[in-house]
Amino acid sequence: MNMKTFNIGGVHPDDSKLNADAPMQELPIPKQVCVMVSQHLGAPSQPIVKKGDKVKVGTVLTSNDAFLSAVVHSPVSGTVNKIADVVDASLYPKPAIFIDVEGDEWEESIDRSPEIKREINLDGPAIIQKIKEMGIVGMGGACFPTHVKLMPPKDAKAEYLLLNGVECEPYLTCDYRLMLDHAEEIMIGAQILMKALNVPQAIVGIEANKPKAIAHMSEMAKKFPGISVQALKMKYPQGAEKQLIKALTGRAVPSGKLPINVGCVVDNVATCYAVYQAVQKNMPLVQRIVTVTGPSVPQPTNFLARLGTPVSAFLEAIGGVPEDTGKVISGGPMMGKALANTEVSSVKGMSGILVLPEKQAHRNTVYPCIRCGKCVEACPMGLEPYLIASTSLAKAFDLTEKARVMDCIECGCCHFTCPSNRPLLDAIKLGKSTVGKIIRARNAKN
Amino acid sequence: MNETVIFSVVLLAVLGLVLALILYLVAQKFKVEEDPRIDLVAEALPGANCGACGKAGCRDMAEQIVKDPSYTGCPVCNADNIAKIAEILGRVPEEKEPCIAVVRCKGGKVNSPSKVQFEGLQSCSFANSIFTTEGGCPFGCLGCGDCTKACTFDAIHMNPETGLPEVDPDKCTACGACTKACPRGIIEIRKRREATGRVYVGCMNKQKGVYSTKVCKISCIGCGKCVKVCPQNAITLANNLAYVNDDLCISCQKCVEACPTKAMTIMPLSKKLPETPKAEPASVPATATEPMQKAETLA
Repeated sequence: MNMKTFNIGGVHPDDSKLNADAPMQELPIPKQVCVMVSQHLGAPSQPIVKKGDKVKVGTVLTSNDAFLSAVVHSPVSGTVNKIADVVDASLYPKPAIFIDVEGDEWEESIDRSPEIKREINLDGPAIIQKIKEMGIVGMGGACFPTHVKLMPPKDAKAEYLLLNGVECEPYLTCDYRLMLDHAEEIMIGAQILMKALNVPQAIVGIEANKPKAIAHMSEMAKKFPGISVQALKMKYPQGAEKQLIKALTGRAVPSGKLPINVGCVVDNVATCYAVYQAVQKNMPLVQRIVTVTGPSVPQPTNFLARLGTPVSAFLEAIGGVPEDTGKVISGGPMMGKALANTEVSSVKGMSGILVLPEKQAHRNTVYPCIRCGKCVEACPMGLEPYLIASTSLAKAFDLTEKARVMDCIECGCCHFTCPSNRPLLDAIKLGKSTVGKIIRARNAKN
Repeated sequence: MNETVIFSVVLLAVLGLVLALILYLVAQKFKVEEDPRIDLVAEALPGANCGACGKAGCRDMAEQIVKDPSYTGCPVCNADNIAKIAEILGRVPEEKEPCIAVVRCKGGKVNSPSKVQFEGLQSCSFANSIFTTEGGCPFGCLGCGDCTKACTFDAIHMNPETGLPEVDPDKCTACGACTKACPRGIIEIRKRREATGRVYVGCMNKQKGVYSTKVCKISCIGCGKCVKVCPQNAITLANNLAYVNDDLCISCQKCVEACPTKAMTIMPLSKKLPETPKAEPASVPATATEPMQKAETLA
């Protein structure tokens, strides 16, 4: 098999795809859900329901007039209990809508039949409008509103639609499961996106550690003209947008530019599936697949769960938190975020819940930099992580900016590869946020 | 042989004389007239080059002071420095009320027990971008010590027991470096009144009491009792948080007694002064009474 990959940097963490072939399970709907008001990247939304309102599955809960935004729909049917602040994964209070669940009644407009609807009836602008109404965001984790990606600026023309089935984060298997169970829906979703973007060609990128998914998707792709499947060598962070473009098309996104500037639009396979459901079945984004996994979890499983389900409900479903647990992470081990409490609710971007045992949960002792240059070798963006980190810690932010800190994709390869366990990414993130502020202030002045 | 030696010596001597003459003429031509008082003033300044005045260093500041008689001067100087500078320049020494940095958070490990453990980069500004505090307060001290690193006078130190920074009143010059270093704006420069100690609110939590008491025992709940008891109307309440105006406060300390959560705090006193008890900001009830009595005797 002819396999491709991106050319600079990258690391090879142990992929630990535990129990990936176990069938997907549906998680029972909890008694109460807590739906975060803002679950996307962009302008915050406002709730439009009030206490005591009756809602069904698919009822719109929030509104937002901003361009870069996405609405939230009710994932359950029942009564709005309250709209109050709730602490999120980082312990900051954020507005949320609490809904007491009564039955499971769906909005009449939603088609819940299991048949696959292949014919695409809507035209381009109507598809984009539909995707916006249904609150679809990028399901890979960044939660970028999908409809925004489908409206490229006038001077750029999309040539390729790239589907991200890479799932390079260790442990996570939700996209793998989806590609095995719903390959045809993903393909139809890709066709819908191709129609909206008016591009003739789509490529699905899948890493070599998922041979079953590659075989199944390739088989399915034969039925769909214009869509092809490309196997990729295993390398982290291949699922990052710019690295995937490089691997699949050989094009490099210039510093400070967007994928559309090289004629590419990248969407996750899970986003494609959500687009299929939104456009063909009229179903808003009210549920997603969440991988619950970990080295000491007895039965790592992929759950289909409604948004707003607390993390504790997932942990109960796998038989409680294992005794030796030291840390619970939302997302994968490379880019995920440690949860401060297990009562936080699942959101559109939560792809997995990783339970790490105590002995793997902590950082190792930090030693001085030995100037080995491993971080430079590992950086997939061709940056010098040690330099960015040290200038940022010395508060020499002009030098940090010169070292191209804004190109950092925060993949964590430098931190992963450092033999002295230096917290490089922490320092780089600090520099990136500060330099970002400096640049915004400078632009505002000019 | 002899000739060579004599020639070399003479040549070098002539060369030296010519070059010395050139140097002398150039020095005369480009002579910079400088006020001798600048050096004297620079000597009288604290000399820490802390940058609190916004100048490049103490000498730069000295130039400014000598040049501009209306210039108010170094924020770090104590009364002695000011008197010395006034003497050099023949001006009237200006009255300056001494100030001190105060840490307006009493949460820490004791009053706001840790719910999570942070083991990333020990930098407050980084920690501020990813989580609240280990205790869960979104306004409180992060405890990574950015203020201690910023202090050029060695006046602020982390207390390992409470996990909070403590200001040494003997060393603090109120230069304000720590207030700039704190990403949450917890540290404030306030007027110190050495005789009685002044009062401040040791809390920054703007949440409602129901939320703030969940994360910290001594949080200001915005009950307004202090506002009612204050005879000077020095206390204002905004966003569920009281604030004591240090221009109006007379240190009667009625608010300290009234505060149900002990968020009202008395400023640490300088150890240099005789008869004043050694005060620590954490132990409020113990120190509250002594300055009280002193205030009464003064009155």
